[in-house]
Amino acid sequence: MELWFSECHTNNVKLSIRTNKELYSAQSDYQRFDVMDTPEFGKVLISDGEIVFSEADEFIYDEMVTHVPMAVHPNVKKVLIFGGGDGGVATCFSKYPEIECIDLVEPDEMMVEVCKEYFPEQTAGLSDPRVHIYYMEGLHFLRNVQNEYDIIVNDSTDPFGHEEGLFTKEFYGSCYKALKDDGIMVYQHGSPFFDEDEEACRSMHRKVVKSFPVSRVYQAHIATCPAGYWLFGFASKKYHPLDDLDAKRWKDRHIETWYYTVNLHRGAFMLPKYVEDLLEEEEDK
Amino acid sequence: MDISRQKRAPIYEALERFKKKRVVPFDVPGHKRGRGNPELVELLGEKCVGLDVNSMKPLDNLCHPVSVIREAEDLTADAFGAEHAFLMVGGTTSAVQSMILSCCKPGEEIILPRNVHKSAINALVLCGAIPVYVEPKTEPRIGIALGIEAEAMEETLKKHPHAKAVLINNPTYYGICSDLKKLTELAHEYNMKMLVDEAHGTHLYFGEGLPIDAMRAGADMAAISMHKSGGSLTQSSLLLTNNGVNADYVRQIVNLTQTTSASYLLLSSLDISRRNLALRGRESFDKVIKMAEYARSEINAIGGYYAYGTELINGTSVCGYDVTKLSLYTQEIGLTGIEVYDLLRDEYDIQIEFGDIGNILAYISIGDRMRDIERLVNALADIKRLYEREQLPSISGDYIQPEVVVSPQTAFYSEKKSVPIKESIGSICAEFIMCYPPGIPILAPGERITADIVDYILYAKEKGCSLQGTEDLEAEYLNVLDGMIR
Repeated sequence: MELWFSECHTNNVKLSIRTNKELYSAQSDYQRFDVMDTPEFGKVLISDGEIVFSEADEFIYDEMVTHVPMAVHPNVKKVLIFGGGDGGVATCFSKYPEIECIDLVEPDEMMVEVCKEYFPEQTAGLSDPRVHIYYMEGLHFLRNVQNEYDIIVNDSTDPFGHEEGLFTKEFYGSCYKALKDDGIMVYQHGSPFFDEDEEACRSMHRKVVKSFPVSRVYQAHIATCPAGYWLFGFASKKYHPLDDLDAKRWKDRHIETWYYTVNLHRGAFMLPKYVEDLLEEEEDK
Repeated sequence: MDISRQKRAPIYEALERFKKKRVVPFDVPGHKRGRGNPELVELLGEKCVGLDVNSMKPLDNLCHPVSVIREAEDLTADAFGAEHAFLMVGGTTSAVQSMILSCCKPGEEIILPRNVHKSAINALVLCGAIPVYVEPKTEPRIGIALGIEAEAMEETLKKHPHAKAVLINNPTYYGICSDLKKLTELAHEYNMKMLVDEAHGTHLYFGEGLPIDAMRAGADMAAISMHKSGGSLTQSSLLLTNNGVNADYVRQIVNLTQTTSASYLLLSSLDISRRNLALRGRESFDKVIKMAEYARSEINAIGGYYAYGTELINGTSVCGYDVTKLSLYTQEIGLTGIEVYDLLRDEYDIQIEFGDIGNILAYISIGDRMRDIERLVNALADIKRLYEREQLPSISGDYIQPEVVVSPQTAFYSEKKSVPIKESIGSICAEFIMCYPPGIPILAPGERITADIVDYILYAKEKGCSLQGTEDLEAEYLNVLDGMIR
């Protein structure tokens, strides 16, 4: 029997993945979850018909949103993660002994349950005593938080899903307020290649540039993303992602990675001309 | 209300039957189920243009309803506790005007507060009735007009015992309710009809723990904006009658100005929304109340904003508060309401209902989600963080009671001339000028223009309010009565 899972990346482009079987399907208050077992990507988590991550490429997201700010910020004690219910990012941060507290805000409890059941390696970090999970809306969590965190990560990927509030000016403003004076915010910046994704990407940059003094964008290659191409945002009150990169300090930690290196860190901020152009257009607005 | 009957939706059902018949149209509308206008189909969808049909025997006729529209009106009356209900397709404006035109003839008096919607005063221009304004008190801190006090009403009734009707807007846009029952009893003591502009009160008929609705308070007629809290399409509305008001005469009045080609999109939306409200209204509005109360407490916790609620109730000028409304006073952070309104839209992609000099109103309804409420609250917190000013706005009030010199109709049709606003002080205004929204006239035809009013207009304009009603679209000139300048 031929069984394929397909996700439309645009009305005219589809990514299809051969599927061995569906392992799980359920509807939460926020989204429909499906877990597929596939020969190429291993287990794949799908939310409302769109891939959240696969076993094969999840490490790229996690490493890029963790190690990039960690190699820049000299003194991280408190980290806040939004939409990280799969545990991957928290697990990555838990490799740094100097971090004292990792707060994770996830509105959907079922996200954590599903990942614990089907992606136990990824959620391993959630049992670290420094990790605290808050089941609530990100904006609600942030409302009264001021000058608390060194790093905030917005790990939510879809600006049009139930976490759209995490892609708004009020979210970026609230993050600015929640960060310490030398804090860094890192966020999923979408994929710039297809026309229909471009506007979301532009709008994020436009809002962040207005909210933070330093705002740079970096990239990665992720196979299950639209066009296999993904951007991340680095917004900060003080540190520049390249000028303040302390390569030696990071290398001396000897943290095991599969994607990130400090060389790649430097290269990731070198963007294609068309991406530079569209970002600059928004900066000038 | 007969719940089993309320499960019916006669207009909707008739349209479903009609669709299946595949009737060949040699009547209007000329787009013929969209075939003649493919771009329109692209925009609105085949289903929608397919329902845009003309009145015909199986679908009844709004001007002379005898079958499915009649049934829908009966069901609506039953759902709202009225004797008769009219489905309206010209907005609540036409419902308000039909109430007034049904009760008042030229030269007859009608008692009303001045802070009514412009549609009410427009009706006075049309029919030549004379307004007698009963002055509402103003809330000293937030500057808005409050409800009508029974005492003030009684005094006015004594002075004008021959007036034909009393018209009250209840709740106000901001959510303020008067003692509707008492006011109705007073009006009836003087043999006057009680008309209620309930544009902002559809939900009062279905929600629990909300202020009393007009029909239950014993009023004779009420205008209901189904398209606001009732969930129907924009421009669709209801007119309710009670206490033996002659519905057939009211229909004749409605037909004076109402279209003879009523849209079935609007009519079916009224039918379906009435069914929804009757069957599920209580639980829907429970949810709305919870969301509004949550937002109110979160906003008040930010500090600097004042999201008001039932604490305004004082038993005289405020006898009830509609807690589904999320109105808040913004001037304590140094910003006018209109500035906050503009920031929310331009910077945060959040469109609220209106902002005026001191307040904003976010409309909470059955279509809202908690996550959107969280966005609104955080956006307000962010605005305070980024834009708060030390200096308070120079004008605080949102209501100035003007002096009426001649009747609206006389003023509107008099010889007039156009003068720059600043030079109009002392003259008598010959047209309307208002901020829209909320659409409450700052000046109506026949009222004296004062320095305070001109200051208010210029300030509202400077702060970005959309000023409307004047012949001059830029609202830089005002039409005033010629030859009557003091």
